[in-house]
Amino acid sequence: MAPTLSAVKQAWRTLIWLVVVLAVLAGTIAGGVLFSAPGAGWGLKLGLDLEGGTQIILAPKLESGQQVNAEQLSQAVSIIRQRVDASGVSEAEISTQGGQNIVVSIPGTPDQDTLNRIESSAKLEFRPVLVADAAPTAAVTPTATPAEGLSDTPTVAPTNASDLNWVTPALQDQFTNFSCDSDGAKDAGQAPADKPLLACDENGQAKYILGPVEVTGEMISDATSGVAQTQTGASTGQWVVNIVFNDEGTSKFADVTTRLNALKGSQNQFAIVLDGKVISAPTTNAVITDGRPQISGSFTQDSAKTLADNLKFGALPIGFTVQSNDSVSATLGSTQLASGLIAGLIGLILVVIYSLFQYRALGLVTVASLVVAAAMTYLVIALMSWRIDFRLSLAGVAGLIVAIGFTADSFIVYFERIRDELREGKGLASAVEAGWRRAKRTIYAAKAVNLLSAVVLYVLAVGNVRGFALTLGVTTIIDVLVVILFTHPVLRLLAATRFFSSGHKASGLDPTALGAIYRGRAEFRKPVDSTATKKAGAGREAALRQTIAERKAAQLTAEKPADTKKDRKDS
Amino acid sequence: MASFAQFGNDLYTGKRSFDFIKHRRIWYTIAILLMVASVAIPLVKGGFNFGIEFRGGSQFVVSEVGDTPQSAAEDAVASVVPQAVARVSTLGASGVRVQTDQLTGQETNEVRTALAAAYKIPETEITASFIGASWGSDVTGQAIRGLVVFLILAGIAMAIYFRTWKMSAAAMLALLHDLVLTAGVYAATGFEITPAAVIGFLTILGYSLYDTVVVFDKVRENTARLGKDSHLTFGEAVNLAVNQTLVRSINTAVVAALPVAAILFIGAFVLGADTLRDISLALLVGILVGTYSTIFVAAPLYAQLREREPKIAKQNDRTLAERARASAAGRPTDAVVEGQPTA
Repeated sequence: MAPTLSAVKQAWRTLIWLVVVLAVLAGTIAGGVLFSAPGAGWGLKLGLDLEGGTQIILAPKLESGQQVNAEQLSQAVSIIRQRVDASGVSEAEISTQGGQNIVVSIPGTPDQDTLNRIESSAKLEFRPVLVADAAPTAAVTPTATPAEGLSDTPTVAPTNASDLNWVTPALQDQFTNFSCDSDGAKDAGQAPADKPLLACDENGQAKYILGPVEVTGEMISDATSGVAQTQTGASTGQWVVNIVFNDEGTSKFADVTTRLNALKGSQNQFAIVLDGKVISAPTTNAVITDGRPQISGSFTQDSAKTLADNLKFGALPIGFTVQSNDSVSATLGSTQLASGLIAGLIGLILVVIYSLFQYRALGLVTVASLVVAAAMTYLVIALMSWRIDFRLSLAGVAGLIVAIGFTADSFIVYFERIRDELREGKGLASAVEAGWRRAKRTIYAAKAVNLLSAVVLYVLAVGNVRGFALTLGVTTIIDVLVVILFTHPVLRLLAATRFFSSGHKASGLDPTALGAIYRGRAEFRKPVDSTATKKAGAGREAALRQTIAERKAAQLTAEKPADTKKDRKDS
Repeated sequence: MASFAQFGNDLYTGKRSFDFIKHRRIWYTIAILLMVASVAIPLVKGGFNFGIEFRGGSQFVVSEVGDTPQSAAEDAVASVVPQAVARVSTLGASGVRVQTDQLTGQETNEVRTALAAAYKIPETEITASFIGASWGSDVTGQAIRGLVVFLILAGIAMAIYFRTWKMSAAAMLALLHDLVLTAGVYAATGFEITPAAVIGFLTILGYSLYDTVVVFDKVRENTARLGKDSHLTFGEAVNLAVNQTLVRSINTAVVAALPVAAILFIGAFVLGADTLRDISLALLVGILVGTYSTIFVAAPLYAQLREREPKIAKQNDRTLAERARASAAGRPTDAVVEGQPTA
């Protein structure tokens, strides 16, 4: 039994790995709870349909006479969905209401960042700075109405966006009287793209007259957030948004920086305008020809990521404001959920009974493996609830219930292979090893298909489908881990016990009930009339497979013509 | 059933064998008839019953309600439009939101009256509006794109793993069979197709392929052993593999189906968790059909595709000729065949 000894040793070693995996998962969550990291906890977060959440109604910001059309609305819904998805896997529900509003239902209570993420238009423009000035801190002489009689058309047609001829006397006057905390400032930023714009910076500390739009957010092909680095590669600790322009944006941006680089003073600056506010107005130190500018501003990690995401998914076709923000209860009543859980539990008990009936003591291994898989799944989902705001929805629960079938199948495939090997006449210890080698291949191949579907759907799909893909992927990986780290080592250990290796009737691996049954009934091998061999081929193949067990059986019958079946049990 | 192990044992040795491959015409006919029916039923019945998440619908917001039992709203809607599934949520502290399939103007007014009566408030406190689909065409589009990419990749992966595209083709056809049938069951029962049901479809899609891969892996093992001195034709080798994995197929299908069936029958029908019905039906049908189609559709299709290859056809002819010669010579085979095949 020398190989068994090393198998036992290996089995214990593998089981230690299982403990390590579980400990790391639990430890991470425990650490999060201990240091009260935001969102960390032992519980699972539930989805909108199970727990309810918040319903936010967004109304479009319309100027008088402006209409929203269905196309704009559905485009906005799609963009908002991508934005919400980008912040985690929470399965929000987004729809239109009354052909005008957008209803966003998200689980939990949204913070201000989330609301910003949803409602900001994310209309990004690059405009050259014409005039810059510090904004008055207190409201100066509120001459709200522009002085009459001042011309608001340029006397000389401006040649380019940096041309100071854009600043008409009327605009200059408006600018002088412009205060960033006035009501007028809120309406600023609405100027057409080909006209100059009055705008303030985010903090209301500076005001600008900006030239017409030169580069827009639509020319962005990708945006990421990160920490700025100095030329030597050291981190400055400041959060920035990195932009990658498409070809058109790259060439336009190169033109702008070439022109501005030659100018002096305020005109050397260009302003990055987001939803009518100047988030940054850097000076141009060099001509940027690679189309990869960096936006710095007063960003936090979250706000930098939000902006990067919003730029990537594109600007909303129209601006929206939050009209109402109400808590909403679960659509699936709590009684319904309870009924579902009770039913699921009954189903699980049936699975246990069936496993025990089918596999006897091995059924207990199935049940124990499912328990380990359940524990690991719980920990991983709790971890995902915390780290990526994963929420378990009804569909997710259903996915987990089906996962019971997928997971149990790994054990069933494995057990059946062991039985096959026993039928071939192998001893239990070697049957476990040989069965594992063959089952492993099948299990890996089949699980790979599952994992593939999970990864593809997660990457490409949106909304609920993404949540489903995540559940499927996680349970598939856990399933494989449990088979390798628990079921197989446990079977190796069991194979070394007397109860199993002696082929006890209740072990589920009783050779007399399997291959060895033929041993005591050698008359089976009597030649049969060839007319009855409709399935001779299959039969002959069977004979081929029986040989080992039967050869042994023949030997045994020769030695002890008595009831060998009984002898076997005693051995 | 006293000796299921004995049954498995007989299947393994080939002592007992079901002719899945030989009678393929019968299985194909059944599969085609079922698929035709699955396509015909929605055509006759006028399509599927899509949920409001797909079609949009009517929404009522009842405000300033003292007590907010959800069942009152469900009853109110059912009293006007019995077949509508109402999704009721409480909104804030004193509001109730009721979403239903799209109602006509007449029905809308009646539901409004019924709701006002149910919550004992004036009708003016109830606003009715139209809500758009939350599962819009963009979600469907993305999901379908993901699905197509997955199927192509899965087909390639299986072809590489099994070293033949024919297994991929057979698996995909069986998958198509499963999806059509499951969709047909939805059309026949008139169950609502909700996002949860669609997730159910996606799950069974994975399950169907998974089940096929497990069985095909055994087929691969068995057919790889076929050589010059083999006594089995290709079809018989495939059939033996299917029989040898039959116990696994049955056990897995039972274990996978039990919890789902419990949710469908006990949860939805006995305890009345209506919303669980949509997804559990898709899953139950999918698991059963997925297991069935691997055995009765995918395996025979695969055998048929391969049997046409000249090399395999030649091998089959040789095996059959030898068998004929042996039986003509009256040489007794050493094979054991006890009892007639049951299938």
